[in-house]
Amino acid sequence: MAAAAARTARLRTALSEVTLLRHLVGAALGLLLVVLVLSAVDDFRRVQLAEMAYLGIAAGGLTVLTGLNGQLSLGHGALMAFGAYTTALLLPDRDGVPLVVVLLAAVAVTVVVGALVGVAAARLHGPYLAGATLALAVAVPGIALYFKETLGGEQGLRIIVPEAPTWADDATFFVTGQDLTPRGWIAFVAWLTLVVTYFLLANLSRSRVGRRWRAVRDDEVAAQLAGIDLARSRVSAFMVSAAAAGAAGAVLAIAVRLAAPSSFTLNLSLTLLAAVVLGGLGSLTGALTGAALLTFLPQVVTDLGREAGLDDIAAAELAPLVYGVVMVLVILLAPAGLFGTAHRAVVTRRTRRALAARAADGRASTGAPTDGSAGPTDSDPATRDSTTTTREGAQP
Amino acid sequence: MTRRNTRSPRSAGLTGLAGLVATTLVLTACGAGGRDDDGDGDGNGGGASDVGVTEDSVTIGGHFPLTGVAAPGYSEIPTGAKAYFDYVNANGGIHGRKIEYIVKDDGYNPTNTSKVTDELLLQDEIFAMVGGLGTPTHSAVVDQLNAEGVPDLFVSSGSLMWGDDVEARPMTFGWQPDYESEGKIIGQYVAENMPDAKVGLFLQDDDLGEDAEKGVRQFLDEEIVAVERYTSGNTDVGPQIAGLQGAGADLVLSFNTPSYTALAQLVSMKLGYKPKWFVASIGSDPNLVGSLLSQFSEGAIKDGASALEGVMTSEYIPGTDQTDDPWVQLWQKVWDEHGAKGELTNYRIYGMSHAYAFVQALQGVGEDLTREGLVEWLEENGEGLEGPQLAPFRYSADSHMGIAGMRLAEIKGDTTEPLTPVLVTDIGDAEITEDSSGQADDAPPESGIPE
Repeated sequence: MAAAAARTARLRTALSEVTLLRHLVGAALGLLLVVLVLSAVDDFRRVQLAEMAYLGIAAGGLTVLTGLNGQLSLGHGALMAFGAYTTALLLPDRDGVPLVVVLLAAVAVTVVVGALVGVAAARLHGPYLAGATLALAVAVPGIALYFKETLGGEQGLRIIVPEAPTWADDATFFVTGQDLTPRGWIAFVAWLTLVVTYFLLANLSRSRVGRRWRAVRDDEVAAQLAGIDLARSRVSAFMVSAAAAGAAGAVLAIAVRLAAPSSFTLNLSLTLLAAVVLGGLGSLTGALTGAALLTFLPQVVTDLGREAGLDDIAAAELAPLVYGVVMVLVILLAPAGLFGTAHRAVVTRRTRRALAARAADGRASTGAPTDGSAGPTDSDPATRDSTTTTREGAQP
Repeated sequence: MTRRNTRSPRSAGLTGLAGLVATTLVLTACGAGGRDDDGDGDGNGGGASDVGVTEDSVTIGGHFPLTGVAAPGYSEIPTGAKAYFDYVNANGGIHGRKIEYIVKDDGYNPTNTSKVTDELLLQDEIFAMVGGLGTPTHSAVVDQLNAEGVPDLFVSSGSLMWGDDVEARPMTFGWQPDYESEGKIIGQYVAENMPDAKVGLFLQDDDLGEDAEKGVRQFLDEEIVAVERYTSGNTDVGPQIAGLQGAGADLVLSFNTPSYTALAQLVSMKLGYKPKWFVASIGSDPNLVGSLLSQFSEGAIKDGASALEGVMTSEYIPGTDQTDDPWVQLWQKVWDEHGAKGELTNYRIYGMSHAYAFVQALQGVGEDLTREGLVEWLEENGEGLEGPQLAPFRYSADSHMGIAGMRLAEIKGDTTEPLTPVLVTDIGDAEITEDSSGQADDAPPESGIPE
């Protein structure tokens, strides 16, 4: 009994102290949840979940860039286009390249583009950076129109997604007793990509690289004094973020079976930013929350409108209206985003309770609570920030 | 700094993990654990052909731009179709089945089209797609519809893609005359009647412009002095119009959507460029172009419709101005009884026309309604279908192309004046002939519902 308790305690210590282990466990749990959810829902929900996944991947990349490194990008939709077109060029028919290779190629191409843009972006600040990335968002769809022969022009390139490999089919049948539908397979690929991306992003943001990004964001002069190369840190953040956008673009392309310029307008870039802001800036969970909201809200609202007796046109116009209202409400009532605000409330309460407990023990003088108390969500890059904020807020 | 609470939330996490693992194990145990070899899992067999059909209903859907730049005009098409389906339902439906018509907004964005088509197929479980609108949008989903065996009828676009390759797309049927045939008919007319014209082409930079140019160039080549293309979505057509003016074109054949007719007219007025215009049917609705003109010019052009005075165009179904046409009278009756707010417009007539064709097919297939049966019936009987179309459909086992031809006309005030009789042709080098089927002279049955 005592040995078991000691083992549990050791495991607990290991989990809290070894970030990698903790994130691995988190990723495994996430994947398990994904498989459970995907096998429980119908094909239509799988399609929606795949949409949520690619928005989530891109928003995750953006939240690392904007939330951790303080660079604003209005051009992430355009970066996704690079991933999507790479995918489309590699998958012209059913015997195309394996999906893993396609995804990696999409990421690689987008990283190269991200590096180029990042080098320019590292020299810019605030509105100038927003302007430069805005130009990217406006210009990139034009590339597809200009190279009409290879990139398909306005109508874009259609994508033929390879069928699910036999092992995946068999494994699905083994676990769930259902056949793997093509949409189920795409949704699984999408979420697997999301889990891998989030795992890597979470690790990165808890590492030295992540701490440098934050240092640059918080105070450039202090960061330089500490020996951090500002430009390098910024460019690396942009490249990582672009990699996520590339993966998202590839997933989008296989999910909608099409890479067309009209998918990658400024609207998409703004949607990603909206997802990040709605969920909570700088937090991966927040980005995923925002992506979920933007995926499900329009359809739910349109259906509600139709049920309430609106005609088709009015119901279709309701979705953007509600989207706008929700955006305004979140910014007014929960400026840290939906997840950010909820998370902050939890952290504040836990901090208060810990402080009270220590005061009761007469040991309050040992200092403020540590990061370690932040709980199961501290794989999240936001946690440290929120804790810091809370601590600052608690100081008179 | 590493001290932590005794009641660490992480222990809750571990318990949760254990729980999840246990759940998965149980679920796995419930799973099949291996595949039987009798192969009963094939869901695409015969039974699935009846998706969307019940004893008393048949569910169909369509994707249209209800919001966004392409919405003016086009968003009225489904309202017209819905009014006609409501009319049919109010009169007892077809073979005891009411038609449930579900319209989804894709904002003329192919990514959204893919999403809403998934929604129509998987959530609403439609029997057939009817009237899905747009070349770039519909081409995003046409393969999927065919792969899943969903009838994809009367695509609201004139691209060749919907009917020229029956083997590749057996479930898809076109509706309006294809742009190539339209280009041919217009090209021949110009070559015969205005041989001295310096022709400029103003084209949308996709299948619409490409197919049309192919048709026009069969009859005009040396006469063409300039070809300008615009990209849908980019609202600045100044360079293109200036290009036409610079090349000295005195007759502009334009194949574009209504918004671009208005933009092109507006820019030409600014530049003082006054060529003769020949606007293809897709972009020449005088009322819509008129209202867009006054909108784009912020009220500077009051009576926008008159800006199209003297413009030549083509017609393949009768429009609102032909009030003595029996079809238009039927549409007016349907709209008065079942329409939403607003007047009957040419776009609503367009929607009603393809709704009429669909109802006719349902009527023809009979009580045993299957997806394959519907397609077969259309291939066998499509050419002889009655309807408002001026020329017959070209449906057969080898072609799913839509209406075979059109007549050319000139816009005069509120109406149009025919320049030619109804001319029919086909893609490729098929000859252009006068239509002899009498399709233009038929009238709807008394009840307004095909028999």
